[in-house]
Amino acid sequence: MPKSKEVQPELEFDYSRYAFRDEIEYKYIGKPGLSRELIEEISHIKGEPDWMREIRLKAYEHFIRRPMPTWGPDLSEVERMFDKIIYYASPTDPNRKARSWDDVPEALKRTFERLGIPEAERKYLAGVTAQYDSEVIYHKIREDLERKGIIFTDMDTAVREYPDIVKEYFGTVVPYSDNKFAALNTAVWSGGSFVYVPKGVEVDIPLQTYFRINLENFGQFERTLIIVEEGAKVHYIEGCTAPIYSSGSLHSAVVEIIAKPGSHVRYTTIQNWAKHIYNLVTKRAVAYKDAFVEWVNGELGSKVTMKYPGVILKEPGARTDILSVSYAGKGQIQDSGAKAIHLAPYTTSTITSKSVSKDGGRASYRGILKVVKGAKGVKSNVRCDALILDPHSRSDTYPYIEIEEDNVHIGHEATVGRIGDDEIFYLMSRGLTEAEAYSLIVLGFIEPFTKTLPMEYAVELNRLIELEMEGSVG
Amino acid sequence: MAMLEIKDLVVSVEGNVILKGVNLSINPGEIHAVMGPNGSGKSTLTLTIMGHPAYKVESGDILFEGESILELSTDERAKLGIFLAFQHPFEIEGVKVSQMLWKAAQEKGWKISPLEFRKILRESYGRLKMEEFVDRYLNVGFSGGEKKRSEVAQLLTLKPKLAMLDEIDSGLDIDAVKLVGDVLTKYKEEDRDLSMLIITHYQRILNFIKPDFVHVMVDGRIVKSGGFELSLELEEKGYEGLIGEVEYAEK
Repeated sequence: MPKSKEVQPELEFDYSRYAFRDEIEYKYIGKPGLSRELIEEISHIKGEPDWMREIRLKAYEHFIRRPMPTWGPDLSEVERMFDKIIYYASPTDPNRKARSWDDVPEALKRTFERLGIPEAERKYLAGVTAQYDSEVIYHKIREDLERKGIIFTDMDTAVREYPDIVKEYFGTVVPYSDNKFAALNTAVWSGGSFVYVPKGVEVDIPLQTYFRINLENFGQFERTLIIVEEGAKVHYIEGCTAPIYSSGSLHSAVVEIIAKPGSHVRYTTIQNWAKHIYNLVTKRAVAYKDAFVEWVNGELGSKVTMKYPGVILKEPGARTDILSVSYAGKGQIQDSGAKAIHLAPYTTSTITSKSVSKDGGRASYRGILKVVKGAKGVKSNVRCDALILDPHSRSDTYPYIEIEEDNVHIGHEATVGRIGDDEIFYLMSRGLTEAEAYSLIVLGFIEPFTKTLPMEYAVELNRLIELEMEGSVG
Repeated sequence: MAMLEIKDLVVSVEGNVILKGVNLSINPGEIHAVMGPNGSGKSTLTLTIMGHPAYKVESGDILFEGESILELSTDERAKLGIFLAFQHPFEIEGVKVSQMLWKAAQEKGWKISPLEFRKILRESYGRLKMEEFVDRYLNVGFSGGEKKRSEVAQLLTLKPKLAMLDEIDSGLDIDAVKLVGDVLTKYKEEDRDLSMLIITHYQRILNFIKPDFVHVMVDGRIVKSGGFELSLELEEKGYEGLIGEVEYAEK
């Protein structure tokens, strides 16, 4: 008899390359739990100006008062975590960042070498920032770009060295009152990137930040601020991994982007956190006249991700593309989506969401599309495609649409697909194994995402999927 | 030894018996055509040989180069050198023709560089006048005829021992039928041991790629076999006429 397919293949990302832990001595490690004293202490360690300390404390007050969000995934474990996790841990002197890998302590350098960061920097990046738990331990930008006036450093250094710019923009796109986790981040933030691209300067190869969590029961709260002046262009990439622990950790970032007239920003995330991490992030951009903001999101890891990158289209001609691919495997909830807020006429948004769920994983699209009265000629297109690999898995769509203007073009389309036996048979008739046939179809499904990545990242991502498909088909 | 030998093959789909005892033997280098009206089981035959999981072999056997292939999965059969050009090829979004065939070549264990492979691929697709299709997504946005030509180009690329063509001329205009026929005839001259099994409803394609043997399939059985002239007779009399004669002869 011909063999019939009875078992759906396991499609699990290979995490072994990222799962190692380091035994290192920390320069500073906070006591578990959150308090006003801790926040004062973090601010003190960093030698911050008063205005920043005050923002932190106000945010803390707001955080305490603000109830937990209940409209999305169950966060009761996170609520229990607040008193248990460590909010600040620095492996190195927080006020001395290495600018050469030779100056990075050996154990940390080894970690980033295992993750391929220095090699990537040599080969195809314009600059790198590496964050380990709470602090950035290394940052470097190519000298020729530095000479053009581009600033690429960690956020703590930026507060010290460029206080005027930071003060002008910090919290203007994502105020601490935005949501409970934005408040938490603002209270205890540490690390993250600061990018400033002067007027008319174009950076053709990407800047990258790599975030690593090493501790157990830990919270990482980086803060990123990107300012792109008129007619300038930049591509920023972030990647994240952590060792696997049994108890939960929290990653709660805030990213703010200011895209001045005619600028172009692409922000790419490849999130591959270990599966005990709650990834609750707030990412938002404001786009001025004719600016173009792209959010490219690959959500592969974490236990629960809640992430809805937003763009406020503030002036005419501003446009945005928000492309998300999420992958929900066993025990994972990927609750992701997009927010496009059209405040001005002739602004455009294109939102594409693709999710793959399997082995009981749950992928949801949750998005807001808003067009205010008077924003004539707005064009928006939302497309959500879900691929569900087995009957235990789930996909949902929650689109919220508020249109106050009549003269607009809005499109919304959602599809749910399963991989058909006939497609698998067709590919197998060419000699591909069942696992290869599945992985090829999954790769094809997420291809709109991979094709936006620099080739090296695309290859790595494809390799991750293929590796896991091999030998895991029943 | 026969390239393909089918013995008393009985096949069901979802409990319905479609093939009711088929016997067929194809030697290396031979071209066989199976003709028959719609629903006679022609496509079932090729899909069963290729190992489609929905087609259940109730009894009988399929031997390839003397060995039964019934226990082999579809990809294992492909690796032995069996190829099926589909009647309705599937569209695979996001997967390039070149990407899929490169995987196939690697699976077949070809020791070849990506660059050399690309050359073969472009040449195969070039023969079908669709060189630029190698970087398109598999069958996505192809016209019916382009899909069929692409199937033939895949055949040339993967160099099977047994090529099965299921209604290869449906959806092709007369120029394309001639092109496909000429390309296959020429390819067959280059690879004399290539065996072919052509499934067709109409005689037309057989004028361009001439079979050594023609079999007429009706209701899950091969009711008559002969040479090329049988296809002409069929064209003239129609299935009804021919079936009538068979029934008369049986009485």
